[in-house]
This record gives sequence, structure tokens and C-alpha cells, in this order.
Amino acid sequence: MKSFSPPLKISTPRAAPRLLWPLVALALIFAVDGIISPHFFAIRIVEGRLFGNLVDIVYRATPIAIVALGMAIVIGTKGIDLSVGAIIAIVGATLDWRIHMGDPHLLALAIALAAGVACGLWNGLLVAVLDIQPIIATLILMVSGRGVGLMINLIYGGSDPSFESPLLQGLSTGHIGLIPTRILVGIGLWIALWALVRRTALGLFLEAVGANPKAAELAGVEARAIKWAAYVISGFMAAAAGVILTADTHTSDPVSIGLYSELDAILAVVIGGGSLNGGRIYLLGAVLGAVVIQALTTSILTSGLPPEYNLVVKAGVVLVVLLLQSARTRAAVARLATGRKR
Amino acid sequence: MTARIEIVAAAKTYPGVRALDDVDFHVAAGEVHALLGENGAGKSTLIKIMTGAATADAGELRLDGRPMRFASPADARAAGVGAVYQEVNLVPTLTVTENLALGRLPRRFGLVDWRAARVQARLRLRKLGVEIDVERPLGVYSIAIQQLVAIARALDEDTSVLVLDEPTASLDAAETARLLDIVRELKGQGLAIVFISHFLDQVYAIADRLTVLRNGRRVGVGTPQEIPPAKLVPLMLGRELEAVERARAAGQTHTGEPILVAQGLGKTRVMAPFDLTLHPGEAVGLSGLLGAGRTESAKLIFGALRADSGSLKIAGEKINPSPRASLARGIAFCPEDRKAEGIFAELSIRENIAIALQSKRGWLKALSRAEQDRLASEMIEALGIATPDAEKPVGQLSGGNQQKAVLARALVSDPRVLILDEPTRGIDVGAHAEIVALIRRLAGQGLAVLVASSELEELIAVSDRVAVLRDRAFVGELSGADINQQTIMRTIAAP
Amino acid sequence: MKLTSLFSAAIGAAVLMSATSALAVTIGFSQVGDEGDWRPAFSRDMQAEAKKEGIDLKFADAQGKEEAQLTAVRSFIAQKVDAIIIAPVVVTGWDQVLREAKRANIPVFLADRDVDVTDKSLYVTRISADFNLEGKLAGAWLAQASKGNCNIVELQGTTGAAPAIERKKGFEAIISNFPNMKIIKTQSGDFTTDGGKKVMEAFIKSTDNLKGVCASFAHNDNMQLGAIQAMKEAGLKPGKDVLMVSVDYVPAMKTELAKGEANASVELRSAIGKYIYPVVLNYLKDKKPLPKWVVIPSDLHTAATPGN
Repeated sequence: MKSFSPPLKISTPRAAPRLLWPLVALALIFAVDGIISPHFFAIRIVEGRLFGNLVDIVYRATPIAIVALGMAIVIGTKGIDLSVGAIIAIVGATLDWRIHMGDPHLLALAIALAAGVACGLWNGLLVAVLDIQPIIATLILMVSGRGVGLMINLIYGGSDPSFESPLLQGLSTGHIGLIPTRILVGIGLWIALWALVRRTALGLFLEAVGANPKAAELAGVEARAIKWAAYVISGFMAAAAGVILTADTHTSDPVSIGLYSELDAILAVVIGGGSLNGGRIYLLGAVLGAVVIQALTTSILTSGLPPEYNLVVKAGVVLVVLLLQSARTRAAVARLATGRKR
Repeated sequence: MTARIEIVAAAKTYPGVRALDDVDFHVAAGEVHALLGENGAGKSTLIKIMTGAATADAGELRLDGRPMRFASPADARAAGVGAVYQEVNLVPTLTVTENLALGRLPRRFGLVDWRAARVQARLRLRKLGVEIDVERPLGVYSIAIQQLVAIARALDEDTSVLVLDEPTASLDAAETARLLDIVRELKGQGLAIVFISHFLDQVYAIADRLTVLRNGRRVGVGTPQEIPPAKLVPLMLGRELEAVERARAAGQTHTGEPILVAQGLGKTRVMAPFDLTLHPGEAVGLSGLLGAGRTESAKLIFGALRADSGSLKIAGEKINPSPRASLARGIAFCPEDRKAEGIFAELSIRENIAIALQSKRGWLKALSRAEQDRLASEMIEALGIATPDAEKPVGQLSGGNQQKAVLARALVSDPRVLILDEPTRGIDVGAHAEIVALIRRLAGQGLAVLVASSELEELIAVSDRVAVLRDRAFVGELSGADINQQTIMRTIAAP
Repeated sequence: MKLTSLFSAAIGAAVLMSATSALAVTIGFSQVGDEGDWRPAFSRDMQAEAKKEGIDLKFADAQGKEEAQLTAVRSFIAQKVDAIIIAPVVVTGWDQVLREAKRANIPVFLADRDVDVTDKSLYVTRISADFNLEGKLAGAWLAQASKGNCNIVELQGTTGAAPAIERKKGFEAIISNFPNMKIIKTQSGDFTTDGGKKVMEAFIKSTDNLKGVCASFAHNDNMQLGAIQAMKEAGLKPGKDVLMVSVDYVPAMKTELAKGEANASVELRSAIGKYIYPVVLNYLKDKKPLPKWVVIPSDLHTAATPGN
């Protein structure tokens, strides 16, 4: 009647179930694509690089994935960075301005990245030192940042902000061998960030600050400095994405570049298993989340769906993914299923 | 005797842990039934099943003989089962009225009738003998009042079963006495009461019957006469409790170079300036009533509170106390409020243990994973932390095991001075004795230990010296044969 | 005492204002914002032309916000300007503030976009280009260039925006006369370069490198510039393999036309101060009622070397 089973030992790595659901979502999206257009998965070589929808998805997901990596760090400290889209605009305008001023392009790139770091320092100052709630603190730059970008455009007249730069366009739209350069740049940044948080103790400190700032302080962690670092990292990652996006269109358009990227980045982190309650950083999950979002966008664009439905369909699919992630929904579905079996 | 609430052959398994195994439990109307057991014995799980916070994998729950199934705490409450948990589950920023009315607001013409809500709130509290301004935020009141508000919230007109989980953990003696009076009164009104406490004197003062759990199984049930303390403790621990020996000559004095010297350390409106000296190998207790300044003086020494007067020297070096500076010089601190200041719930046991040592080393010199694993498994072994592995998030451990993890964190940071604020708060008897023994062993190894505690027996067992506090000031220091209950209490009470 | 000081301040302000208005006509101009390339150019031209005409122009940038625009218009009314020009952020919600202007006897002119009011007498006239006509011009050019035989991919503007709706309507009105012209793919690129590039990339994939596609019609140049980049990156020759026609004629598009990578662009004039101010100044002189819409002419510019 009673069974005495030995205590269950869970030996699977904990990462597996967390990444399972975004992967399931991705598989579902691809399955629908395969039904709608049989050529969806075709990959050819055009102009010396890989060419096809799957390549496009990774290619287009790269900037958002880079932003999402920074966002994952900030969210891990129980913060949020709403200003990443505005930082992209500021970085783009700065890059364009320095190129128009005749700086060597490598220097222009360095200055643009520094502008992103400066934005991160500003956010960190507000959050970590002045103790302003992250959502409000970063809202300030979110609202004003695109205006700052427009002002930078005006420094050099700004009537025709387009530019040509073999170096920057090489980074953004070029390719090394068959692989688009930006994908390599994205992977490089990912590995660098992973090493920064996991090969040092920074990740542990970031997570500790997110899980319990008071306890972190008592355990000797400099909570302020750690929080500050999180916003600087996010600013830098947004800057890297800003360079790629600006070089992609050869122009600085602060009003529309990277529009809503803060929301996509937050969504990517959440789809990847991150919690806005902080305490945990999942870099791989954030990247996967960005790919899911872009797979969805690309699928809608190629499906021939009338543009009026784009956003509703996107929202619907995202909702399903988040429901899949919710333990409670899964339990309810499981109950229904077993109930039916009986 | 007919049971008001009855659990038959309950079983529950969590990943890696068999929490309950074939447990029977029943409480009659007008009975106070104490539930006893060590951390991880299954008390929490059993309560969760009774209050709808969890469902059993097997077994049956009956209310007045009728089989029931609670899918949620709301179900349980609707059926007349109310509960008050150890950590008060109310919202401190809301008013007392709002806390009491939440989820069952009186309505008039579809709108919330706040007047009625206030009247009801006052009425509910008056039944427990509490007269407070119900319009003020709950957070402004003491933990004791908050605890009573929580009880008021759990008591509906039709409540027939009341579960009290460590209701006295944060109360002082007078408050505890009052709460026990209230429990007796409720019992007189015919309620079936489940009482959980690690204070055995309270259990014996109030319980009509006891149920003892160990490792998820019921190991004893009976009246307090049938299970006297001498029988109870072995039941709970599964072995004879070794009496804590004061493994040193009474009145042993430590001389020589002090490791820590506080002179005139204080903070306006928080703590009057005080002097304190610690020698290597010495354990010093901080004693006093609730609010006397035990926690405050411990935090001033560690630097968690910034002193605005006086000075602190560690091994002759004058320092500006801050948690970082203190840790760097070998002072470790275990806070009293482990939930708010101790644990990182989302992080693993391994990470919780490693973090203080890691922050001492700085972020660039990461402890290798192998090293962290070694430290964690050593500590799990040494302190007997009940867990399947070191990767379990600390938030999923029971309270006592969380406390041990916080203690382990302080220990691995390689301290010369260990400051423990209520090291045994919310911990069961067995772990209690282990920690007392551990403190003595550490002092024996040359550590200076400062223990702030509300439990006299504990202080007497561990201390070479006891500093007595009253009204946020040091009022005396006892040593040698003076370290006994009468002298300490006399010093606390002396005008 | 307080009242009197307020009163004298008001008189002082009134004297000051009449002094300036004796010198020149004062016009308040409430601009939408400064998104894209076209609108900043429009703002600059309005300011430059005002200087030329000797107009005292009060310029207010609403930064795309409806409330900011309403505040600006109300402050113009309070300043008793001679006329107000509004480039509206949104179509609806104008009745109240326009009535306030009318009560203050200040004529209101609309530039660029339209408003939706029940009483059309609340504004004098709307002076703008005709989006529908722009679409028709683009369609007519394409019909002629393709000899009425063309599969078209379309890059729409922001879904629901007036220029997007009207340009699409005008374009479709023309090509519906040609049975062998049809739009085979259409998506929104949000009027941005980035959006145009992403949509064209998707079109390239879903039509097997634009096989059988003869033209790309974009509701603005920015999207078309993005499309050109996408096609070049896919090894296609925009302007040769595919006819490229769009609207705006921004500086960057002039370069593309010169290179032959685009074929035609309908000019949405940004230098329209010289069309707007005469209408306003004449009305202030003779108060003669005007038709409700004064259309600014649109021109079509083609590539130096037209595609085949």
C-alpha cells in the first residue's frame, strides 16, 4: 500500500529546464514557418556569405541580444535599464558626428563606445549613489536621450547624416569567411561578458546584490560599486549595439534607431528565464530570448501577413512563451491532461 | 475524543526530500496540540497541508469527520482553518485596518465601506485585548502587536482551527505571557489550536497533547505527562542530548594582547558610548531585554551601523568600522534577522557560504569552483546542514538550516573575531546544542567570540564574560561564578 | 496692491507686444517635432523664409507630443500673435483650442497634415502637398517605365499614418488601370531606413531573390535607402534589376538617383515656406475666404540614367 522510495536525486543540470521552454517556442515558430513557406530554411551562399532566413534571424537578433546581455546583468541586480534605446541613439549620433568631423574611424568608434559608458555612469550614479529607483532613474535618460542625439546631429548641420566607413560597415554588415562579422562580434562580446562575470567573482556579487542588498553589504560586498558597474556594463553593451545598428543603415536617425529596444531586451531576458526580482543572471537565456523574438519578427515579415496584424501576433506569441515558462500554467495544463486521462 | 481536524496517513515528497511519510495527526475542539520536531522533521509541510499551502501526495484530511481537499489557503480559510506564521505575513506599509480587511472588504452599494472595516478591525482586536489606532500603518507597531494583528486576521467568526507557527519567536517574556493567555482563552472558546514553538517551557505550559515528528515520520504522541522533557528530547533527536559541558575552569580569565578594543563607541539616539575588550580565545556574551541594545552594539562593532563617537582597534590597529573594513581585518558577523540581512534566497548554499570570503579576496581573485565546493561540503558536513546537495537555493531550506548557512559564511571567511547576533533564533533543540558546542570549540581554537542573545541559558553556557545592557547602555560586566541566571537577571533589573 | 502691480505688468506687456507687432507681422508656428530628414529641413526653411519676409516667427517644437502642441498654441493665443500655423501631431482633439483661437480673432492655418474638426470654419485653410497625388505620380511613372507590366513590392509607412494611407491609395488608383501591374508583397517599414532594410531582406528571402519582381515602391526615401542597401548586400542591382520609386527626394536619395541605384523620387518639398507665408500674409491683408485646401505642387525627379 505504501511505497518507500528512496529520496529523489535530481541530477540533471539546473540550466536545462530553464532553457527548454524558449527552445520549445523557437521550434514551434520554425514549425509554423516550415508549413507556410517550404523554402524558409534554405541557406545559400550569396556575395561570399551565408544567406537565408535562418542567417537573417541570427544576424538581426545580434544587436538585441547584445543589449539583452547588458540588460540581464542589470536585471540580475534587481534593477532595470529603460535607457538602452536612447543610449543607442546617442551612440549613433556621436559616431556619425565624429566621422563628419574627420576623426579616424577607429577613434570615432572608441569615442562612441565611451559615450555609451558615460551614459551608463550617469544611470549608475542615479541608482547606486543617489538611490533613485532604477525605473525612474533610467527613465530620465530614456526620455531625454533621443533629444540629445538630435542635438548632436545639429552640431554638424545634420541635413544629410549619412556616412561611409569601410571599417564600421565591415563590423556591421561585412563578413569574415562565410560568417557575418556582427555575429562574430556578438559572440565575442558574449564570451567576454561571460568571462567577466563568471571567471571573476563579479557575477556572484551582482547576484548577491540583487538577491539581498542588505545581506550583501554585511557580507562585505560593496553594493554601490557593484550596482554602478551593472549600469556601466549595460551602457557599454547598448553602445556596441548602437554602433552595429548605425553602421547598418549608414546614417544617424536618433528618433527611430533602436526604437523599443529596451522592451525587446527586457522581454529577451524574461523569455530566457530571468526574473525581474533579480538575484540571477542567465546570459545564454538572454541570447536565446533575443533569437526567439527575432525569429518571430522575421517569420511575420516573410509570412505575407498584413502589416496591421504584426504587433498583435507578436504579442500573442510572446504571451504563449511566457505562459509556457510559468510553472503555474504548466501545472494547470498537466492537471487538465491527467484529469482527462482519468 | 472526536477530532475537529484530522490528518490520516499523509505523505509528501519534494525533489530530493521525503518531507512526510505516513503521518497521522488530529486535534480536538478545545485542545492545544503542540507539534514538535527538529528542523526538517516535517512540521512546516504538515502545516502547509492543513492550511492549503500544499497538497499531500497521499493520505486524507478530515474536518469534523468530513474528508476535505484544500486547493489553496483561501479554501482552508473558508473551511475555518486560520494560520499565523513565524514570519508575519502582513503588509507593513498598509494600515492595520487594511491588513485585517484585505481579501474580505465589507461592501456597501458595491463600494468598499471603510467605516465598517474600521469598526470590524477594532472589534477583532478588542477580542484579543488590543487597543491601538487601526488607521496607522502596521509597520509602526512592535513585532508583538503585529503578531496579535496576524492572529486577529486568522480568526474569523467561523474559524474552528487555528495554527500558530512559532508565534512567540520574536516576543519578550511579558509579551509571550500575554500571548499564551490569549491562546488559553481561545481554547476555552472551543477552538482547536495547533501550537508550534521551539521554546519547550512554553510548550509544556500550554499544550494538552504533543505530537513529535522526526525525518518526516511521527515518532511520538501523548500528553505532556506521558512525554516529559527527558523523554521528548531523545525522541526529537533520535539520541540522548549530550549536556553542554562548560569545558573550562570557571572564572577563567584571558589576559594578554586584546584582539578588539572598543572605546566610547556609540551612536546618538541608538546606543550610549560603551567600552568593550575581546581577547583571543574568549567568548563574551551580550545580555539584556529586548530593545536593550544588544543588536545595536554588535552592529556598531562590526560597522554595520556607523558610530558617531569613540574608536575601535583591531589587533592594535585603529580602524574606521565598516563591514568591508571589518571583514578585511578578520571580523565576521552573523545578523539576527536572517531573512532580511542574512541569506541570499535565490543563490545556492555554496554561493551563500563562499560570498564573505570572496568579497574579502576581492572580485578579481575568484575562488575556484573546486574550492567553493570544498568549503561548502565541509560546512554542510560540519554544521549538519540538511540538504541533498550544495546547489540547492538557500531559500528552499528550513529556517534552522538557513541560519547554519549564514554561520558557515562567517566561519569560512577565516575570522579572528566572530560576532553572533541571536545565533540560535528559530532553531530547534538539537541544532541549538550543536551551535553552543561549536561556539565553545571555536573559542577553544583561539577565536574571540561575541554572542548577543536573549536566551540566558545559552549565554551562561558559552560565555567567559557577560556584558549586561539596559536601555541602550552597558550597565555591568560579569565574569566567573557571577555568570548565573540570578546575578544576570539582578543586573538587568537593578535600578 | 498685488492686483494693481499685476495690472500694470499686463499693460506693460501689451505695450511691448503692440510695439513689436507694429514693426512686423507675428506668426506662431507649432511644429510636430524633428523626426527624420524632412521635418528638420521644413523647420529650417520656415525660419529662413520668415526672416526673408520680415516676419517675427515664434517657433515651437512639440517633440511629437499632443499636449506640448496644445500648450504651444494656447501660449500663441495668449501672446496675441497675428496668425497661427500648425503642423498637427494628431488629427483629432482640436475643436476646443481652435475655438479659443477664433474667439481671440487669430486665424489658424494648417501646414502639412490635416485635422478632424466638425466646424471647418475654425481654420482658414490647409496648405500642404497632396499625399494622394504623390502616390499617383509614383504610380504613373512606374506604369510608363514598365509599360504597364510589373510585379511590385511595396514598403509601407507607419501603419495607419495619413501619408502611408494616402500614398498607397493614390498609387493603387493608378495601377488598378493596368491589369498586369500588381502589388505582390507589402509590409510596413515604419518610414525608417532600418525598417525598410529589414522588410526588403525578408522580401528577398520570400521571393527567391526578388525573382519576377520588377519594382519596389516605398512610401518614403528613407525606407527605400534601406531597401537599396539590403538588395546590394544580397548581390542584386537596385535601379537595374528592379525599378526603385519612392517619395520625399531627400539629399541622400539625390545621390542614389545620380548613381542610378534608384530610379525616381517624388519630391515632398521641405522648402515650402515660400508657398505658405504668401497665403497667410495675403489673408491677413484682405481676409478673403480661401478654399479649405491649398495644394503645394509635387514634382517627380528621375535618375540621370533611367533603368530599363
